[in-house]
Amino acid sequence: MPKLTPDEVRHIAELAKLALTDEEIEQYASDLSAILDYARQLQQVNTEHIHPTASVLPLRNVMRPDEPRPGLAPEDALANAPERQDGYFKVHAVLECSQ
Amino acid sequence: MSDLPRTIHETRQWLRSGQITSVELTEAYLERIQQVEPQVHAYLHVAADAALAQARLADERRAAGEDTPLLGVPLAIKDVINVLGMPATAASRILEGFMPPYEATVAHKLREQGAVFLGKANTDEFAMGWSTENSAYGATHNPWALDRTPGGSSGGPAAAVAAGEAPAALGTDTGGSVRQPASWTNTVGMRPTYGRVSRYGVIAFASSLDQVGPITRDVRDNAILLEAIAGHDPHDGTTFPDPVPPYSQMLEGGVKGLRLGLPREYLTEDMHPGVREATQEAVRVLRDLGAVVEEASLPYTDYGMPVYYLIATAEASANLARYDGVRYGYSAGAADLQENYKLTRGRGFGPEVKRRILLGAYALSAGYYDAYYLKAQKVRTLIRADFDAAFQRFDALVAPVAPIPPFRIGEAPTDPVALYLLDVLTLPSALAGAPGISVPAGFVEEDGEQLPVGIQFIGRPLDEATLYRIASAFERATGYGERAPTDAAM
Repeated sequence: MPKLTPDEVRHIAELAKLALTDEEIEQYASDLSAILDYARQLQQVNTEHIHPTASVLPLRNVMRPDEPRPGLAPEDALANAPERQDGYFKVHAVLECSQ
Repeated sequence: MSDLPRTIHETRQWLRSGQITSVELTEAYLERIQQVEPQVHAYLHVAADAALAQARLADERRAAGEDTPLLGVPLAIKDVINVLGMPATAASRILEGFMPPYEATVAHKLREQGAVFLGKANTDEFAMGWSTENSAYGATHNPWALDRTPGGSSGGPAAAVAAGEAPAALGTDTGGSVRQPASWTNTVGMRPTYGRVSRYGVIAFASSLDQVGPITRDVRDNAILLEAIAGHDPHDGTTFPDPVPPYSQMLEGGVKGLRLGLPREYLTEDMHPGVREATQEAVRVLRDLGAVVEEASLPYTDYGMPVYYLIATAEASANLARYDGVRYGYSAGAADLQENYKLTRGRGFGPEVKRRILLGAYALSAGYYDAYYLKAQKVRTLIRADFDAAFQRFDALVAPVAPIPPFRIGEAPTDPVALYLLDVLTLPSALAGAPGISVPAGFVEEDGEQLPVGIQFIGRPLDEATLYRIASAFERATGYGERAPTDAAM
């Protein structure tokens, strides 16, 4: 299996929203290549007709009555916010304003 | 430490008889913490005032006639579990100063039962690691050999218990993070069945694997603590509705006639000879006690490592997407939103966490999902089937916990594959959702240092009672856990 290239690591870092230095990108390209190379042994296992396990629990669809109940107070929810304004989390503009 | 009770159950006797108050006990632990923390660094946050307030309340409750197992007993809590009034950092810069607005169910239950929280204990960042060296706030040192790691990720809780900085603690185990540090600190560590203990208010790493578990000085304490935190939680839809058995009253049955399997795949060639000897000696002790120990086989064991690291990192990459610098935690303060996400996360997360996010994001990404993530989930089914088949024949399995004794801080393997293989003996049972307990099984000598070694018992889902019964019989026959590290080292 080909090694992961620095450009591929940049692409994943973009998906995962991680700013990485060039040194980090080189290091992770090498680390991930080694781990994925090891993980390649899974391809030897015959998994035809084997269902994937997403959860080991025998429980399914746990339901509760849809009734109003107290939640987190706005002040508590906002207490750790880096920036806040008028009872909201403050986020920098996402869209450009065009006339 | 000879002037303090050793265990939770002894503490209860002292409190009950008036030999000590919870305030006095808490003061003694705070003093002990002050004395050894410069050498051990088991805690990230010591909550002296809050602990003393809880202790005063516990003494009042006792004066009013209450007498429950944890009333007035001090505990350490791993810093991935939310406790009201204390920071919760997961040992990450990205959560520096974060004050949780709500309390984890496990902490809330302990609070209601009168326990006293001494503080938050160190961990690898987001519980990802083997040694606490991935903590953004410095590694914890092993009280048995201060130049070595106590293991991880629950190394802080385990070291606190071993060093006498708390009689017991809560850790979390995703792939071995309670059992491995317990085995490296001569303490008892239980990973309960997945779904036995609520994960509500526990900072998520891998949601299909994370479980909270007690780390204690003996088996009875472990059973007492699990009884206190286990059970159904309406806040966590993955908890079992089944009633919690009175584990602490089910310790005496002995092992006579029990069938125990020793998985041949767990005695690896590159295992440390001291760990192998401790395992063989444990098997001899169990046979002497009347257990039938026979070779078992879990053929898919070798696939546990890649399956775990694909599934756990995929889940982590999704869980850790929430750290965006907007709602809580560190923010890089960049003007552009996208740029702020990337800088916040790039600076806020440490190297191992970033490596796992990248691996998980890759395993989930278009074109690789089937080959890696889905394939891993299918092989997970086969690993579970291994355990199901073994439990047809055996009441429990007996196995080593870690292939090596604790390594020196700074001397972890640098090759990521060699590093991830350190978990090879605890990952498969976690993937299967089965409970496992690590119990002290002796010491190996390395370079003149006495290093603790544990043995683990793995059981059928929801059959923690049988594990406690075996562990208790083994403990009574061996007594390794009664040894404490000497203060000279600290």
